[in-house]
Amino acid sequence: MLNYLISGISLGSVYAIIALGYTMVYGIAKMLNFAHGDVIMVGGYAAFCASTYLGWPIPLCILFSMMICTILGIVIEKLAYKPLRNATSLAVLITAIGVSYFLQNIALLIWTSNPKAFPNMANFIPAISLGDTTISSTTIITIIASVIIMIGLTLFTGKTKMGKAMRAVSEDKGAAQLMGINVNATISITFAIGSGLAAIAGVLLCSAYPTLMPTTGSMPGIKAFTAAVLGGIGSIPGAMLGGILLGILEKFAQAYISTQLSDAIVFAALIVVLLVKPTGLLGKKITEKV
Amino acid sequence: MKKKLLSVLLAGVMALSLAACGAGGSSEGAASSDALPTAPTEDGSLQGTLKVGLIGPLTGGAALYGNAVDNGAKIAIEEINAEGGAFQMDYKAQDDEHDAEKSVNAYNQLKDWGVQVIVGTVTTTPCIAVSAEANTDRIFMLTPSASAQDVTANKDQTYQLCFSDPNQGSASAQYISENGLATKVAIIYKNDDAYSTGIYQTFKAKADELGLEIVSETTFMDGSDNDFTVQLTDAKDKGADLVFLPMYYTPASLILSQADSMGYAPTFFGVDGMDGILGIEGFDTSLAEGVILLTPFAADATDDLTVNFVTKFQEAYGETPIQFAADGYDCPKVIYVALQKYASENGGLNVDELSASDLCRILISVLSDSSFAVDGVTGQSMQWSANGEVNKAPKGMVIKDGVYVGL
Repeated sequence: MLNYLISGISLGSVYAIIALGYTMVYGIAKMLNFAHGDVIMVGGYAAFCASTYLGWPIPLCILFSMMICTILGIVIEKLAYKPLRNATSLAVLITAIGVSYFLQNIALLIWTSNPKAFPNMANFIPAISLGDTTISSTTIITIIASVIIMIGLTLFTGKTKMGKAMRAVSEDKGAAQLMGINVNATISITFAIGSGLAAIAGVLLCSAYPTLMPTTGSMPGIKAFTAAVLGGIGSIPGAMLGGILLGILEKFAQAYISTQLSDAIVFAALIVVLLVKPTGLLGKKITEKV
Repeated sequence: MKKKLLSVLLAGVMALSLAACGAGGSSEGAASSDALPTAPTEDGSLQGTLKVGLIGPLTGGAALYGNAVDNGAKIAIEEINAEGGAFQMDYKAQDDEHDAEKSVNAYNQLKDWGVQVIVGTVTTTPCIAVSAEANTDRIFMLTPSASAQDVTANKDQTYQLCFSDPNQGSASAQYISENGLATKVAIIYKNDDAYSTGIYQTFKAKADELGLEIVSETTFMDGSDNDFTVQLTDAKDKGADLVFLPMYYTPASLILSQADSMGYAPTFFGVDGMDGILGIEGFDTSLAEGVILLTPFAADATDDLTVNFVTKFQEAYGETPIQFAADGYDCPKVIYVALQKYASENGGLNVDELSASDLCRILISVLSDSSFAVDGVTGQSMQWSANGEVNKAPKGMVIKDGVYVGL
């Protein structure tokens, strides 16, 4: 029981850290960045190359990976999303899916489809043992990292000038522009931060599950998106809560009901939550203006 | 030059007319002219130049497999040509990028070239498409490595050199039971994958028959294939001392590392999809220590055939051959041995005088004959059933100090 709870939390904390990136971009730019999972994959490869081929120390690898992903995020935003700023949200969504496939195929060309074993970069604190089960160092670090990122993001969007600008843009782009906020720059910075977080998520994901392939990011990305919706997309604590809940639910469904049905159960739970609370667990109530 | 051109043209015309006869004969069934074609030679030996074509992924994601088969086949053909004398094999490889449509194109190119026997295709999905075409055209196919049952089903001219998927399952159960490797078995399989579930089903059927106790059966699928704690905990709690992993090596590598971090150390038992686990870049091979896999080929085996093949392969390509290379090596050899047998029983055989459909009928009759058996590097006395499936004893291999060692 405790064992399953721990593995659920450990899986959930990875979902949470990815979901934070989704929710951040959705909350500000109001778009679903389906390429987020693939930015995570690129982050994983960047860290892998820095550590395996260049032999850099771990903190430097993580910084390098964040730098690559931040630049990638800004470039994607400039080239693929910015020209569509005034297009329908459906067009942007399709573009995001296109970017996702583009990144996967580029990775396939560069790193081939042969899987790489990722070196664990998140095991620098001791594991905790509770009776006959242990919480691995990677799990503890993932949870701590996601809590820090959650608090950091909440403070950033709530207290700083840039954060306020972001919230203003999310509320009403036109009005924000009239107030002297540079909407384009704000959205670019949102993407930069989201992609930087993706790099951290990539390193933690691959440390926990050490097989790196061009498709590594896509399924966890979709699960994390589900987690973000479950928690209330756009809400930062919601992404955290949704991620952890989803992980625990998945592991318990596997353990006590059936390994075959676990995904069906997880998504059924999502549907029930959305029926009862359409904006997700911690989502803001949207009042329709007439 | 002109003479050569003319002879090629004439051969083409003859092949066409014979192909028409062959197709007509086979559709009329067993009753009509069922006498096998003969082409006796003066000294009763095998003569002529046989055009052998290979189809496989030489580029793209599955290129590793296609190139291995190609390299293995080249070595076999060199050997055959060196000892063949009046009999030679003309060899041509075509790339299909592991794509069914491109594979059919490659097949058509080989047909234009005048192919008489096809080795291939290497991968399963293209093979299902190409074998259907070749069945209509009456061209014999021997696939080195396409393992699904659909490859041979209802196609009398397609034979497999590798085990079919279901055979791997029952052979594994048999091996575990005969060697007393376990009393309680756990299975983890991928339930959205035909390869994995196919092996699982036959494994279970055979295990039940042999009284092997299966205590835990758990699954995973695309998207939930990175965390196996629940599956492993289930196996551990139920006291399984052997975990059967009918899957490819990528998820298997995660299972090994997670079992290690749980402190669970049963015997892990894999099938041919596990071949390649030691090749993952950066993989800690100590995790795979003691893993047993059932594969038809062991590069460190000490029998003369294997030693000869491995030495030549290493000289030519500077690496140890994988199972696919061995499969590729055996295919031309099987065809060579089969034609020799036919030649010796029928006063010789000149393959230049035979069309692809004639050869197809000859090879079917020889391979499906229960007295025909070939020793290859992928198995001693390989025999075929009339539906094209091979029967040979698999070899168990165990991973020791980061290399495969025959059991």
